[in-house]
Amino acid sequence: MISINAAIIDLKRLELLAGRYSPIHVLDARVKVLVTLVFIVSVVSFGRYELVRLLPFFIFPAVMIPLANLPTLYLARKIALLSPFVLMVGLFNPVFDRNALYQFGQLGISGGWISLASLLIRSLLTVGAAFILVGTTGFTSVCQAVERLGIPRIFAVQLLFLHRYIFVLADETGTAARARELRSCGKRGLGVVSFGSQMGHLLLRTWQRAERIHTAMLARGFVGEFHSHRQSRFGVSELCFLLGWLSLFIALRYYDIPGALGEFVTGTAP
Amino acid sequence: MSHHIVEVKNLRHVYPDGTIAIIDVSFRITHGESVAIIGANGAGKSTLLQHLNGCLEPTGGDILIGDTPLSKSTLPDIRRTVGMLFQNPDDQLFMPTVFDDVAFGPLNLGLTVEHIEKRVADALDLVGAGHLRDKPPYHLSGGEKKRVAIATVLAMSPDILVMDEPTSGLDPFARRQLMNLLRGFHHTKIFTSHDLDMVLELCGRTIILHEGLIMADAPTAEIFRNEELLSACRLEKPLSMQGCPLCRQTPST
Ligand SMILES: Nc1ncnc2c1ncn2[C@@H]1O[C@H](COP(=O)(O)OP(=O)(O)OP(=O)(O)O)[C@@H](O)[C@H]1O
Ligand SMILES: [Mg+2]
Repeated sequence: MISINAAIIDLKRLELLAGRYSPIHVLDARVKVLVTLVFIVSVVSFGRYELVRLLPFFIFPAVMIPLANLPTLYLARKIALLSPFVLMVGLFNPVFDRNALYQFGQLGISGGWISLASLLIRSLLTVGAAFILVGTTGFTSVCQAVERLGIPRIFAVQLLFLHRYIFVLADETGTAARARELRSCGKRGLGVVSFGSQMGHLLLRTWQRAERIHTAMLARGFVGEFHSHRQSRFGVSELCFLLGWLSLFIALRYYDIPGALGEFVTGTAP
Repeated sequence: MSHHIVEVKNLRHVYPDGTIAIIDVSFRITHGESVAIIGANGAGKSTLLQHLNGCLEPTGGDILIGDTPLSKSTLPDIRRTVGMLFQNPDDQLFMPTVFDDVAFGPLNLGLTVEHIEKRVADALDLVGAGHLRDKPPYHLSGGEKKRVAIATVLAMSPDILVMDEPTSGLDPFARRQLMNLLRGFHHTKIFTSHDLDMVLELCGRTIILHEGLIMADAPTAEIFRNEELLSACRLEKPLSMQGCPLCRQTPST
């Protein structure tokens, strides 16, 4: 089960990226949260058959990743890991939705396929944006920002603990899986029965561990407030970042820029 | 300063599954004392220590830190006063990097960002872990984790140090370093250990816990000379009192 462990360590790497320094990293967390939120909303709010107009949104990751000095390949792999789930969700679209939406001579492309592709692109964009946010900001700072933006503290704390709990669960799964592997001598352990009890055991263990970590946080003065040692203020660069991206997203959302561009190049009205 | 007194009165702890970990324990530790709590595995040492800053709630009995009884309302203050090192460093480290982890406590204490940097650096240097500051805690070796965990406690500059097996898993050099560090810490300190030589060197007073009860509470030198008592509690003399294994000579104590 080395693979499970490796996957967890890999996931934690995302968090580590937030410790780097770059023009994006030093920005106030709140603007990054806001921009990401608006980005996600604009991408998600397109109709289900939209394809072409989503493409310009790739400019956001294309600009942010190099600027923030994030490892492209690593992010791509993380996002690719999620695509099977998206495929599962959209799998039946082509089966049920057979209305031909585009016609290339004899070949008709059904709405189902288009909506599947659209779903894929959208998940790529939104998950990518979320990863970029965490990779440039760190989850604690994201929670802190969410609170400073006016969300009740209790929700922000919940969010933080959920995030921590995922790591704890992953950790415990990793060690339990290794212990099982080492003692099952290459066989599959004791089969389903032991697997069931192991799962229950795992839940209890993670619960206890999460509780102990919570105690450790309390023991060090945690009272539900977030602190970050990275000081940030809402300055000129924050304002530029915010206004720049927001106006771009809104423009892309409300005006058909690819269409206009195509019109301009081919010189024909649709 | 009466602030550094730790008093435990008729403490009893029963775990939810019915295990009676502590039956009846009382003691009083005054300012500046250095006390070891020793005993066999499962004697209840960790359980006892976890009561001292409210990590566990007593089933019966009282705990006083200074003049303040431990209760829900006094808990934040008491946790500021009592620095607690857990037996398992994995339970103590939860932030993405060592620096963040050590900074967590001081930030909660309300230190400004400029002070934090120095606090953290000082605490890490004290345990010889300065070079680890940007590493993630889960990539450290067991002993390194322990040292960072100790730094997280020291960074809060507590008035009372409570440590559960501080030297377990440390290499001889780090152990010596920690012992010197503890010797230089003049506030009240309480720790459990199976490292009896350390106990002999650092603690003037020793409490033996056995199956949830106090079997002895006396000056350390006295306790380690009582072989009957020690063996009854699954303990033995510190190695340094057992004579040289090569020449089989007992030191004249
Ligand atoms: N969460 C728990 N639930 C139930 N029983 C527990 C729990 N934690 C500990 N115990 C039991 O309480 C008793 C005392 O445990 P404790 O951890 O205090 O021992 P200890 O003196 O610290 O031992 P060691 O030297 O091994 O660290 C043991 O018998 C243990 O089995
Ligand atoms: Mg213990």
